[in-house]
Amino acid sequence: MATTLNINGKDETIDAAPGTPLLWVLRDHLKMTGTKFGCGVAQCGACTVHVDGAPTRSCITAHDSLDGAKVTTIEGVQGRAADAIRAVWVKNDVPQCGYCQSGQIMAATALLVENSSPSDEDIDAAMSGNICRCATYMSIRRAIKEAASDV
Amino acid sequence: MFLHDIGIIPGGKKTDAVGKDTLSITNLSRRGFVVGSSLFIVGVALTGCSSYEEPKIDPDAIDLPEAGPSPLTEVKGGDATPALWIAIEEDGTVKITCHRSEMGQQVWTSMAQIVADELEADWDKVQIVQAEGHERYGDQNTDGSRSVRYNFHRLRLAGAAMRQMLTEAAAVYWKMRPSECSASQGLVSNSQNSDTLSYGNLAKLAARLQVPGEADITVKDPKDWRYINKEIPSLTIPQITRGEGTFGIDVDKPGMVYAVIARPPQLFGRTGAVRDADALAVPGVLQTVKLPDAKPPALFQALGGVAVVAKDTWAAIQGRNALEVDWIDGPNAGYDSETFAEQMQQTAKQSGTVRRKRGNVASGLSSAANRIEAEYYAPHLSQSPMEPPAATAQWDGDKLECWACVQDPQATRQTLSDLLKIDKENITVNATWLGGAFGRKSKPDFVVEAALIAKEVGKPVKVTWTREDEVRHGYYHSVSAQRLEAGMDENGKCTSYLHRTVFPPIASTFVPGMDVPTDGEMGLGATDVPFAMPNLQVESGNAKGHLRIGWLRSVSNIYHAFAVQSFAAEMAHAAERDQKEYLLELIGDARTIDPGNEGATYPNYDASIEEYPIETARLTNVVNMAADMAKWGRDLPSGHGLGIAVHRSFLSYIATVIEVAVSPDGSMTIPGIWLALDAGTVINPRHAKAQMEGGTIYGLSNALFGEITAKNGSVVQENFPSWRVLRMGEAPRAFEVEIVKSNSAPAGVGEPATPPAAPALTNAIFNATGHRIRKLPIIGASGSKLSLPAKETA
Repeated sequence: MATTLNINGKDETIDAAPGTPLLWVLRDHLKMTGTKFGCGVAQCGACTVHVDGAPTRSCITAHDSLDGAKVTTIEGVQGRAADAIRAVWVKNDVPQCGYCQSGQIMAATALLVENSSPSDEDIDAAMSGNICRCATYMSIRRAIKEAASDV
Repeated sequence: MFLHDIGIIPGGKKTDAVGKDTLSITNLSRRGFVVGSSLFIVGVALTGCSSYEEPKIDPDAIDLPEAGPSPLTEVKGGDATPALWIAIEEDGTVKITCHRSEMGQQVWTSMAQIVADELEADWDKVQIVQAEGHERYGDQNTDGSRSVRYNFHRLRLAGAAMRQMLTEAAAVYWKMRPSECSASQGLVSNSQNSDTLSYGNLAKLAARLQVPGEADITVKDPKDWRYINKEIPSLTIPQITRGEGTFGIDVDKPGMVYAVIARPPQLFGRTGAVRDADALAVPGVLQTVKLPDAKPPALFQALGGVAVVAKDTWAAIQGRNALEVDWIDGPNAGYDSETFAEQMQQTAKQSGTVRRKRGNVASGLSSAANRIEAEYYAPHLSQSPMEPPAATAQWDGDKLECWACVQDPQATRQTLSDLLKIDKENITVNATWLGGAFGRKSKPDFVVEAALIAKEVGKPVKVTWTREDEVRHGYYHSVSAQRLEAGMDENGKCTSYLHRTVFPPIASTFVPGMDVPTDGEMGLGATDVPFAMPNLQVESGNAKGHLRIGWLRSVSNIYHAFAVQSFAAEMAHAAERDQKEYLLELIGDARTIDPGNEGATYPNYDASIEEYPIETARLTNVVNMAADMAKWGRDLPSGHGLGIAVHRSFLSYIATVIEVAVSPDGSMTIPGIWLALDAGTVINPRHAKAQMEGGTIYGLSNALFGEITAKNGSVVQENFPSWRVLRMGEAPRAFEVEIVKSNSAPAGVGEPATPPAAPALTNAIFNATGHRIRKLPIIGASGSKLSLPAKETA
């Protein structure tokens, strides 16, 4: 049964089994592989996308529950917060392997949209769901604060 | 389009990492083209000077003597023939081949910095070509923190040789002496006039010149380096921030299907009856494939089990959930971590095999004024890179092509050839980006799985490991039990030191029944101990492997540094001395140490002990640096403690000071970490600092939470959070790194920050609370905060 999803401003017709998580629709059906698989149980944040602007774990979100919603992925996220995050990420060489960074950027962008001047505690609360095994946490913390001052 | 199909490099578009249609560029004939022209496509380049138009060189119009073969095929480190590493396009684009795997250590950038600096390339024109797995590149095993060490010399030669050839080509064209011409930033100029020639214009002519021999190549003076030892931005990160770049799990091939595998829960467990009707009824599931049972030794075999193949990964996972398999117990069914720990601890109490000996420890201990002893235990660990293993395989008749996140594409190719019994010439292995690796992805078992399934299915197949697969079927860091004893004189000075270490060796994965710790593992923090006491003995005890034992970031250094550096602090406490001062006393006077002089067989990370001696002055220096950075000895608030540890590994010297703050309820924070690194010549200080942060946190995550246990032969943990790792809220608030300025030979950076992390932390907790932690993990998987168990708090 085909479902239509609005992804990065574009309507996409999806022919996946009911209940298939958005993550696998993005990656396997639409070949949008910027959104990553890390755990499949909403514990690591690698699969984070925005659904109507809210950071959402695509690995546990059935694609067919998103009728009428606007989905934004790393490939399409833009705006002042996203631009500032990307710019500081590049300027400071924040990522290492980069695999978790799509999720980190989506989470950090959502944080900055909500809170233009996050404290350490705000950053902990917003970002502790995103695991980075390269441990770029300190760089991410510095970069979010730097990006906040640029927004 | 693949380079080897057409013999030239496609121009124009910026290299998009790897994968998709340009997954890897190979050039089987590259060596043959050393003096040929195919690599060099020439056109008109812009000079940026409005009054000067660079003439287009017609290389065929110039007579040149026939060039001989490259004299650089066998220099230190391997083949330095410029054309193996560098291709210059007509628009001046400089394509540099990276034969090591990019996994976040920024090896694309560091390899390019070395080549581009000597080449005098314009950095903005540098692009990376990821090499496939092939012997022509020499060692490709991106493991052991040695990409720079192995390749620094030859990549400098390759870059410098090509710079000289481009300069000489300009001299030929201008009819000048080469000494009148000089290269800078992609242009050759001369001392007679203001004309310039661009690399893109000169390349085809340069390619017809003789490659100079090593004696005729002048590498730059380090003071003239433009890129080496500079904080050059990463070549991968801009793509990462846009969700671009291809990791192993991102590979896509036309007609590809997706597989996940139900594997026997025990190592060498077997697959019995399979009932797959429910699995096949899952929408999207196409078929199941039974894989052959694995037999000892494990090597890099597929583990057996049943693959579920489907139209997407989710359907494959759902199909696997619906699969019913009768697993048959194998020889490891009795493996139980609790029982095994007791056995190892018993072994550690008994005399072991002497692996290094100085003086007479037995008599030294018996005559000591004061004696202490301590036992340490550290569990199995999982590497858990954020990208789990994933591989794609495609057969074309008897030809096999694979794309995977492998640390060693060359060994992957060899493994496929050995296990599938096909000629290596019929196998192509393309390395993608690696979403972390930490040693896991130098074991290509997952590529073997993809190849086996693709053969059955007759289509390209991508095998994805779920996180549960990664946690439950890995190549685990070895579990260990250690015992240390020390004797001190009346003044508290250590006179005798005994270290006994017991662990299943990595060799158990490769040799059936192998239970003796190898010289390599003993040399990772045990036999290379840098202490000065007159009586010293290092022993090993045997233990069998019951899971696949593999290497994990810094390997045996983790448990050895934990025990040795914890025990150093325990000795300081017994002697009522400051941890740092006592540590410096244990290290002793400035000298070099060769454990081989005291009966050890010491591999020294495959480096010569003459070129890379164990230098105690460098240990002392980093201890003092880190202590100064942390303001060691300052007054601390109640509940705070500073701990220190120092360790040489991968030929680098690192001291780490950690501050902890422990509340009466046991909740803990890490206000700061201070780390001093001496890695000799460092290619990119910014990226080295990132490795210091990453390596330290990796060590802290393991020490605080990391524990893989087995029951009835099967791994108990399944996914995050039962396999717990450190998160943002638990990361230190401050982390300062200083790097020793040095032109010494380059040493490792990716791994050596990990070993001192755990003992610096436990030494800090001791100084904060008075409780000595000898068993890891400190906290374990339960709980949601950084909170010490009640027994560890004051």
